[in-house]
Amino acid sequence: MEWLDLIAQISGSAIRFSVPLLFACLAGLYSERSGVFDIGLEGKMLVGAFAAGTVAALTGSAWLGLLAAILASVFFALLHGFASITHRGNQIVSGVAINFIAAGLTAQLGETWFDLGGQTPQLPNDARFMVIAWPYAETLRGVPVIGQIYSQILSGQNILVYFAFLAVPLTWWLLYRTRFGLRLRAVGENPAAVDTAGISVPAMRYAAVTCCGVLCGFAGAYLSIAQSAGFIEHMTAGKGFIALAALIFAKWRPVPAMWACLLFGVLEAVAIRLQGVPITGIGIVPVQLMQAVPYILTVVLLAGFIGRAVAPKAGGVPYVKEK
Amino acid sequence: MSGPSRELPRWVDIGLIPLINLLAAFLVTGIVFLAIGESPVGSVAIMLNGAFGYGSGLGYTLFYTTNFIFTGLAFAVAFHAGLFNIGAEGQAYLGGLGVALVCLPLGFLPMVVIIPLAILGAALFGAGWAFIPAYLQAKRGSHVVITTIMFNFIASALMIYLLVNVMSPKGSMNPETRTFDPNAHLPLIHDVFAGLGIEIASSPLNLSFVWALVCAVAVWLLLWHTTLGYQLRVLGANPAAAAYAGMKPQRLIIIAMLISGALSGFLALNEIMGAQNRLLLEFTAGYGFVGIAVALMGRSHPFGIVLSALLFGVLYQGGADLSFERPSVTRDMIVVIQGLVILFAGALEHMFRPHIARLFSGSRLKAKEA
Repeated sequence: MEWLDLIAQISGSAIRFSVPLLFACLAGLYSERSGVFDIGLEGKMLVGAFAAGTVAALTGSAWLGLLAAILASVFFALLHGFASITHRGNQIVSGVAINFIAAGLTAQLGETWFDLGGQTPQLPNDARFMVIAWPYAETLRGVPVIGQIYSQILSGQNILVYFAFLAVPLTWWLLYRTRFGLRLRAVGENPAAVDTAGISVPAMRYAAVTCCGVLCGFAGAYLSIAQSAGFIEHMTAGKGFIALAALIFAKWRPVPAMWACLLFGVLEAVAIRLQGVPITGIGIVPVQLMQAVPYILTVVLLAGFIGRAVAPKAGGVPYVKEK
Repeated sequence: MSGPSRELPRWVDIGLIPLINLLAAFLVTGIVFLAIGESPVGSVAIMLNGAFGYGSGLGYTLFYTTNFIFTGLAFAVAFHAGLFNIGAEGQAYLGGLGVALVCLPLGFLPMVVIIPLAILGAALFGAGWAFIPAYLQAKRGSHVVITTIMFNFIASALMIYLLVNVMSPKGSMNPETRTFDPNAHLPLIHDVFAGLGIEIASSPLNLSFVWALVCAVAVWLLLWHTTLGYQLRVLGANPAAAAYAGMKPQRLIIIAMLISGALSGFLALNEIMGAQNRLLLEFTAGYGFVGIAVALMGRSHPFGIVLSALLFGVLYQGGADLSFERPSVTRDMIVVIQGLVILFAGALEHMFRPHIARLFSGSRLKAKEA
């Protein structure tokens, strides 16, 4: 049953890889469903990761690190909101600006504060979110299928992993079963109608970008204080853009977002597994090809070859109240 | 946008407002400098000296300026047609491949033959990489912003693969090609001047700077003095009007993106053929994204783009000198400054406009509002 074990291992690491994507993807979902495009997910994750690494190193508390990540990321989300909602600036340009500022600022401040080549200090285990072993995980390890699912997939993850997967039904419920969700979806499709109903379009959009900031903070904290033991320069490495790809892939819906992120997580896990390993009949698959698959799939999807990705109608358009 | 913009004199619109936005960006930059314990004024002095104070510094400034002229023009051409090409990074990367595929095998040819071929290679590969997003936008309505982002990443993966597995010389562990033959190096400006008997400081500034200026003039002629340019601008201003006037929006979208991609590809002339003389990883170094800021600062006009490219060139070279003289300032600081300029000059460009508009046409406008 060696291959069963291999599948369990790949699944386990696929889940770990998909978690930051999932947080960021849901973050983008709130923002874009409200009509604010966000290509600054990457930047917000990065400031979140940096804030978490810094505060966890200074206080020794993972929870304070998480809080700092959320605050820092929300600040940048509000900046995006200020530019694109209040001042009707171009949302793409604002997103690019945020990515630049985040990349530069985290590296510069890291160097200034810690003098470790842009990194934050190595965190001790009690300043991180460590894996939680479920009861009897080791004992059940030997049982085929059930034991492997239990011990290598359900057990042995850190608490943020569970948060990420809880955020999916929560987002679904918020979006489709609450008044807030109805309004949020409406401002992304037809802001004029929402305005006519006497609801403030800017207020709804600010609420949405704040949700986006909170979730990007989780994504960043996961990278620096759960998956690794500290912040490393540019550690998001394009994950914000893969999350964006996943969001398009999921057609801006929460449950498909989870599947898209898991798929991309599997690709990453398999890519690492397959590095340098020849496959019969194909030969060695270049690792770069595996890494490019999410982007290629997204382009193919956008071209309408596998279904059609229809973005929220009012996305990217600043709302101008009629005079 | 809304009313007040039309009330403003032209020099306010294209001169004063960008300047105020820039000042706001620099003000925030100053705060960041204070936060890391550096004097903003002292830093500016070092940066200006680094950018203009001595010959080779000036050469480097113009070298960086060359990159920004290309990517700024690239963004502007697409922007005039209403397209947001943020794929200059990827297009420039592939442009490098085009340059290398000319320079590696044909290095024995005389320079006068190889330079036009390399220009052609850069243009074809840059435009080729822009073609797919362009085609998908034109024919299938896929948003060009998203597809060009994705193409940046695909380009990066492709180039890593090529440089690691295919194009690096046998036995070499470095992900780069061999150095081009001397005929395939763009002449450096200081060598050109030395040939004329004039001694100037050495720097990587090369003939692609001249080509960048030629491109700026060409883009200006194209946009404002040809039918095609007129059609592109109509498409950007009002796609429906363009369609009703019998223009072919799909064709125009593709043409605009091809020109944009070709201009991005020229970045490789400066970096690969002019400075590095070999194809290597990551040579685009974010210049493609900075092109967005350059174009927006320059109000998408070639003349403005050359000026704002110079500003960014100063930031780059001055920033490099600053990080050398003040170890506490890293090169990442330049990235922060660029980000702030993009934020204030691009995303927040309307922030000060109503206030300025009120200042200029104060009572008249107020009377109208009341």
